[in-house]
Amino acid sequence: MSALMIRNLHKSYGSLEILSGINLEAKTGEFVALVGPSGCGKSTLLAMIAGLETVTSGEIWIGDRLVNSVQPKDRDIAMVFQSYALYPTMTVRQNITFGMESRGVPKAVQAEAVQRVAALLQIEQLLKRKPGQLSGGQRQRVAMGRALVRDPKLFLFDEPLSNLDAKLRVDMRTEIKKLHHRVGKTTVYVTHDQVEAMTLASRIAVMNQGSVQQFDTPKRIYDRPTNMFVAGFMGSPAMNFIPARLTGSTSISVRAADGSDASLALAAPMPAGAPKDVVLGIRPEHIYRFTTDLKSRKPAVASMQAPVELVEPTGAETLAVLRLGDLEITGRFEPDDAPVMGETITLGIDMSRACLFDPTTKALL
Amino acid sequence: MAEIAPNASFDPARPNPTGFDPEAAAATRRHFWSRFLVYAVLALFAMVYLVPLLVVIFNSLREQSEIARNGLISVPRSFRFDAWAQAWGSYCVSGTCEGMKRNFFNSLAMTIPATIISTILGAMNGYILSKWRFRGSELIFNLMLLGVFMPGQISLMPWAFLLGKLGLTNSTYGLVLIHVVQGISFTTLFCRNFYVSIPDDLIKAARIDGAGFWRIFRKIILPLSPPILIVTVIWQFTGIWNEYLFGVVFTSGQQQPITAALVALTAGGTTARAYDVMSAAVLIGALPPLLIYLFGGKYFVRGLTQGAIK
Repeated sequence: MSALMIRNLHKSYGSLEILSGINLEAKTGEFVALVGPSGCGKSTLLAMIAGLETVTSGEIWIGDRLVNSVQPKDRDIAMVFQSYALYPTMTVRQNITFGMESRGVPKAVQAEAVQRVAALLQIEQLLKRKPGQLSGGQRQRVAMGRALVRDPKLFLFDEPLSNLDAKLRVDMRTEIKKLHHRVGKTTVYVTHDQVEAMTLASRIAVMNQGSVQQFDTPKRIYDRPTNMFVAGFMGSPAMNFIPARLTGSTSISVRAADGSDASLALAAPMPAGAPKDVVLGIRPEHIYRFTTDLKSRKPAVASMQAPVELVEPTGAETLAVLRLGDLEITGRFEPDDAPVMGETITLGIDMSRACLFDPTTKALL
Repeated sequence: MAEIAPNASFDPARPNPTGFDPEAAAATRRHFWSRFLVYAVLALFAMVYLVPLLVVIFNSLREQSEIARNGLISVPRSFRFDAWAQAWGSYCVSGTCEGMKRNFFNSLAMTIPATIISTILGAMNGYILSKWRFRGSELIFNLMLLGVFMPGQISLMPWAFLLGKLGLTNSTYGLVLIHVVQGISFTTLFCRNFYVSIPDDLIKAARIDGAGFWRIFRKIILPLSPPILIVTVIWQFTGIWNEYLFGVVFTSGQQQPITAALVALTAGGTTARAYDVMSAAVLIGALPPLLIYLFGGKYFVRGLTQGAIK
């Protein structure tokens, strides 16, 4: 059974359409991430699931209940806000018990629940403090505690990590993942950070301009993005897009740096009816320095020449900007085997990992 | 500000053995004179404001005969509190010899309820207009703002009509009603602008936590409100206490608040003017707002300048 089901959901303010025809579902215990650039409607969608925004048309089901017109408090959800939204005049303990108190849960049960959650999140020593006396990471924990204590059907997270500094963000990301494994609650998680979405989610909905572009597992989204938006949004550095021409059912040609055409063999034949002009999408990590050894390990590798314009070592890997026709692409190399600036190297492009897109519809072929 | 001339004050090639730096000395001198000028102007203005108050205080302590002999503006030669006692409890105004006592309590009976009620209504209006917006709520807020700019005289006739219909003319209740309604514009403006700075996420979180309209108001909004409530109470209390127009128009004799009664005191007519008693009465009338200002002034400034969440 799905814990959350969204059918053909629309939202508009007057004539301005924010969300158009959203279809989503989360199975019980699943971790679904909504990811997209700012203004794509992901936070609005979350607010609608929470009941904080009205539904223009379509259906939202939580469990086996249609909740379109159900009040937020009766939806059996808990939410963690980007700003944490801790009640500033209450202690941490009062913050955590506020919801139970509103619902008239007996004091003894409340105390027990606070203990359980405080132990789980290791915030026992903070219970008497006010939010103003906590650090960012501690506030984040308390906000999660307030959500966890309710034992809801559905957890909603609205960019919970974006107010933390880079290091703490990575730590808390790990904690959220561990926590989800332990409590196993169905979670909907909004983020603009594709790494967060990739690391946390069991399924990702990539959104743009008010609609879901692709809703699939992180691996499928990364390997087989349905269109150029998803391909470009997920992954950093972004996927390289190279204009190419079909020269047969199993080969394409691209413009090399010297203006000549280089022919690349496709890993699988193109279906009939594919357009002549295509866009070759290749991720930086699928570009190698060509060797015979590589060819024997990865038979689908195609080779071509490219001058190295710039090299950016990051420590763990070295990014190289390569010239291809009048366009620059990025390759990701082992630091020990990285090309040097000015060198012209023979690239090995792993065509089995390449994606081909239709340049007019932007869709995956 | 004094300008810094780096090469003149410190030149390593030409060390200054005496330690005297003419540039720095000139800067210090300029600084001193500019400060002196500022304080002199401030002192002058302070005197302009304080001298009348001082004259009134002196006169309330001087004997009437001494005032008659030495004139109104003079340093007291005698110190007595008789005038204060008279002004409070026994001075005769148009036939009744009760002093200002009754009018003082009238003012309290008018100001305290009107302040409390208008502040509560303002807080609730502010809460609704900032956190529970609805279609047309901005329009309503703007219309309420008009009240801030509307002089009291404009509403004299409508109030006369309304109080007559309600049977509240010449009563403290009538004045309470007037001041509550007239005050709502200000209290709403204060509270609404303060509540706007409370993040909406708090309200959303509370709604998910199962709290409704009133519980959010009591448990989340009100605990954050003391700074602005202090401002509103001070503003309303001094404004209503000092208000004179409605008091003089809609009440008479024993029902008058102290501001209106003070006029009756000066309009004694035939008898010689008792400047000592008049001074004491004026001071009695001015004391409550003055005390409020002395004790609450700093909270007033703080409350107006700080937001809800630090």
